[in-house]
Amino acid sequence: MTTGRGTRIALTIVSALILVFIYVPIGLVFLYAFNDAASAAWPPAGLTLRWFGIALSNTALQQAFLASIVAALGATLLALTLGTLAALAVSRYHFFGRETVSFVVIFPIALPGIVTGIALLTAFAQIGFPLGMFTIIVGHATFCIVLVYNNAIARLRRTARSFEEASADLGADTFQTFRYVTFPALRTSLLAGALLAFALSFDEIIVTLFVAGGVKTLPVWIFQSFRLNNQIPVVNVAGLIAILLSVIPVYIATRLSADDDVTGARG
Amino acid sequence: MTTTGEFPSPRPSTTRRLATWLHRRPRTRLAALLAAPVAWLVIAYLGALVLMFINAFWSRDAFTGQVVREFTLDNFIELTQDPYPEITLRTLGMAVAVTVACALVAFPIAYFMARIARPRWRGLLVVAVVMPLWASYLVKAYAWRLILAEEGVLNWMLGPLGLKGPGYGEIAVWLVMTYLWLPFMIIPVYAGLVRIPDSLLEASADLGGRSWMTFRRVILPLAFPAVVAGSIFTFSLTLGDYIAVQLVSTTIFIGNAIFLNVGAAGDLPLAAAYSLVPLGIIMVYLFVARKLGAFEAL
Repeated sequence: MTTGRGTRIALTIVSALILVFIYVPIGLVFLYAFNDAASAAWPPAGLTLRWFGIALSNTALQQAFLASIVAALGATLLALTLGTLAALAVSRYHFFGRETVSFVVIFPIALPGIVTGIALLTAFAQIGFPLGMFTIIVGHATFCIVLVYNNAIARLRRTARSFEEASADLGADTFQTFRYVTFPALRTSLLAGALLAFALSFDEIIVTLFVAGGVKTLPVWIFQSFRLNNQIPVVNVAGLIAILLSVIPVYIATRLSADDDVTGARG
Repeated sequence: MTTTGEFPSPRPSTTRRLATWLHRRPRTRLAALLAAPVAWLVIAYLGALVLMFINAFWSRDAFTGQVVREFTLDNFIELTQDPYPEITLRTLGMAVAVTVACALVAFPIAYFMARIARPRWRGLLVVAVVMPLWASYLVKAYAWRLILAEEGVLNWMLGPLGLKGPGYGEIAVWLVMTYLWLPFMIIPVYAGLVRIPDSLLEASADLGGRSWMTFRRVILPLAFPAVVAGSIFTFSLTLGDYIAVQLVSTTIFIGNAIFLNVGAAGDLPLAAAYSLVPLGIIMVYLFVARKLGAFEAL
């Protein structure tokens, strides 16, 4: 051990403070959702549940919430299909351009989001495609693919190919091997990837604002309402919902991947 | 009853015949797997990028608002004139400031997670750092709007000390971005520090290196590629942001300028041209990061 006692104590305190710094703003949004006063003034005037009733009966907010769910489900489904296919190809075959495929897949999240947004917008404008829910789904799918792809490929690397070969030796055909060997091994990693994709899509706004046309997803609604003073309490509740609906799927996904590490690691 | 007994016996059905046919043709199997994802990437993503690139060399007719499909460098000339150079420099400065702040804040906690916390705590801490990353980015930025508000919690805390928070503005943008991208820096730095073998530190101590010496001469150089890896995210995300900025300031950054040109001004070619600037900067940054060994640290 090269770290001295004093340094260790200091680092522990600093780390605790950084965690506080990370969590206080999130906790604050939760608290404000119950704030009796309809302003950002601190401290809260008192605690109440009435904004939840008002928020839940707000039609614009309901529609935005539904739009977000539809967009996230659509993008997740597309990403799940394309990401799994790409992962199977890259992990199980050698072909020309293999490195390129695995590189291009990560592009959409490595490049600044605004570049993806404007690229898609110019493309849709060019071919005269009307903006709306479909273009949102296309936009979200471009960067959700990598989440499914990464999860699937990590699992495929850990699952020995010999299982699939054994299955073939025992007389199973291509489809049966996929159904009875490859897919069961992949299942939880696909679920984890899908949950991450859902969470990312549900929250997305940078690309969404470019391709949404008139459709308002939950983040778009929040973004267009946060300046309106009479909307503050409803925005606070919407914020709480947005956080929960992205964090809960991710938490489940990490649990699914954690099991994966226990069973599959060092294999 | 055993599961092996339930395993379906091969039947010469159509599916079976198709499977056999496919089994003999690995290239066809591969093509079937690759067709959809590659078509998607090429058409929906790379195709869009190419169209954006072409658009950057077109122009917009000031009267009709229509895009004129003739090659011109007008957009790029306009980008060298006011106010664009200032916006570009301001954004770059912000990206550097945010990256430095993230590195400085991330290092101690990453070090604590990697080398001081007990292994049992380590996993929990990683989850604790990663989870907020997924909590709605917009709402986290909004939280800072609440914190920095005139009558918000920060001024309430600082008030008794006779101090005042920064309010909305560029310092607020710097704070919010540092906050938002911090986990992107902590995770790679943690991974880099965890990988340093204890034996190296012991060797350094055996050779007479004091704690500080070991830190500066052994740990820092080994962790540097990881910091560069994290900086790719903090840098790229800052360059491409136009939402968080608007929640806590009225200052214009590259992202805002692009978005304004798309929305209010409706000059898509100019917006496309301007978005080549952050794209180009990131390309150069990725190239340098690769030279510094950041890709191995990811």
